[in-house]
Amino acid sequence: MSPPVKIDARLIKRLPAIGDSEAFELNVHLKSDAGVTVLWGASGAGKTLALNCLGGFSKPDEGRILVNDELYFDAATRVNLPPQARRCGYMFQDHALFPHMTVRENLKFAAASARHSSKLNKHRRMIELLEAFELGDLAGRKPAQLSGGQKQRAALARMLVSDPRVLLLDEPTRGLDARLKQAFYQVLHTTRGRSQAPIVLVTHDLEECMRLGESVCLMEDGRFVQSGSREQVFARPASAEVASALGVYNLLPAKIAALDPSRDTCSLDVAGSQVQGRYLKGRLIGDQGFLCVRQTESRLLPNIGRREPNQIVLRVIGVLPSAQGTKVLLEHGAAATVSEAEYVHLRGEETVKLDVPASAVYFLAK
Amino acid sequence: MPAASIDWFPLWLSLRVASIATVFIVTLGTFVSYLLSHKNFRGKEALDSLITLPLVLPPTVLGYYLLVLLGRSSWFGHLYEEVFGEPLVFTWQAAVLAAIFHSAPIYIKGARTVLEGVDYRFEWVAHSLGASEWRTFLRITLPLAWRGLSSLASLCFARSLGDFGITMMVAGNIPGQTQTLSVAIFDAVESGNGKAARMLVLVISVTALILLWTAARISRPTVRASHTE
Repeated sequence: MSPPVKIDARLIKRLPAIGDSEAFELNVHLKSDAGVTVLWGASGAGKTLALNCLGGFSKPDEGRILVNDELYFDAATRVNLPPQARRCGYMFQDHALFPHMTVRENLKFAAASARHSSKLNKHRRMIELLEAFELGDLAGRKPAQLSGGQKQRAALARMLVSDPRVLLLDEPTRGLDARLKQAFYQVLHTTRGRSQAPIVLVTHDLEECMRLGESVCLMEDGRFVQSGSREQVFARPASAEVASALGVYNLLPAKIAALDPSRDTCSLDVAGSQVQGRYLKGRLIGDQGFLCVRQTESRLLPNIGRREPNQIVLRVIGVLPSAQGTKVLLEHGAAATVSEAEYVHLRGEETVKLDVPASAVYFLAK
Repeated sequence: MPAASIDWFPLWLSLRVASIATVFIVTLGTFVSYLLSHKNFRGKEALDSLITLPLVLPPTVLGYYLLVLLGRSSWFGHLYEEVFGEPLVFTWQAAVLAAIFHSAPIYIKGARTVLEGVDYRFEWVAHSLGASEWRTFLRITLPLAWRGLSSLASLCFARSLGDFGITMMVAGNIPGQTQTLSVAIFDAVESGNGKAARMLVLVISVTALILLWTAARISRPTVRASHTE
């Protein structure tokens, strides 16, 4: 039996052009049975709008929102639960802790506002959460007296007091440094241990998307350009546009030179070099497109000695220092990051060899 | 002339009128400005314009409107007379209404801006936690808007102290009954009582200055808060 679908939301919302901003249409079908669903996209892609529609803060023009078999919104039958009745925990990037209340009062407010549980239960839950999120000693402090990490914990604890059915997190780590991000991932882990509620998380941070997203929806211009499990999406980006938006692939212009279904192989003509890979189903010889290889799956070698199969010779355009080592910029917009030790062998070279293992060869049609 | 000969009744009357008017304005005005700042309804901007109108119309025009609305021949005036046994116009209660019309626009316009300025995310979070609109308003919006609203209330009080035109039209100038401070000053100048006029002018100026200073103090966030929030 397949697991029950936790969120099934078909959202269509049109925003008219106002002033400088152009008209915008959100048109997505969010389906998730996973714990954490990440909406990933550049700013202006409509991620937050989708989240607001789920939370009840923005009313879709058409569509239907089902969460755990409960109808939140249905344009056809004019069902539209107000945010108070949806029990969606909503978290903003700066946590929006009520500034005039202490941490305990923040949690108390949430407990008193929740409508479905007994007073005793809510009180017990509040005490538990203060402990679980290590807020016991900070309970008497106002948000202005808390550090960034403490604010995160307080905001998540406050959200959980009301026992939400779904958690909506809007760029919760935006603007945080690496240390605080790690801290947030830790508390999110605690959160998941204490709540079965599915999480929808909006981010434009690819690392975060990779790390947290069990299910991933890539958004562009109000639509999902690709959605599925994290592994699916990252191993097989749906189009060259998706791959280039993700920014972790090298896309090199390629043409299918040979196809051999009996030996399960293909041969691609990439920038004057031959690259072998697995057979490409449904493609024809002569098809134009891109060879799409994750930057971390290829190796950069000095252009000396005999050229082995699956080595593409590319011109070096420039070199940039980066946090992970040295980034070598190549023709066709390709790039590779190498360690200092590797770079020693590449210094001053005009051309290099990009070594692509056959298992990493992925062809994207134009 | 000894100080005892100055009649202080107008000062007490003005303070009473301004206090009652301010209570009315703050209660009703906060409600109206919440509607204007948080709700979308047909005719919203028309209502806003109607509320602003007293700011630009001459006081005599407003006084005239009020006389028509509250006079003994109007239904409201009639009802009032039925209930309280005396007509509303030319009483100190009419002076309260005059002060309300004089000051409410300032409060409502300002309060709309203050309430719109409360970060919507706090209200969203409260709603998402299950808090009703009323509870959110009382526990989140109002405390966060408190500074701005109190500052407006003291501004409103100061302005209510000083109405002249509308009060003259609807409450008249009956010494010991409806003669407010500003009307008494006019009266004193007219009758050549320079000392009384000077005294009353000084009192109202100092009171207004203190109120404005208080308003400014309230609306200014503390240094610490502005650094950390």
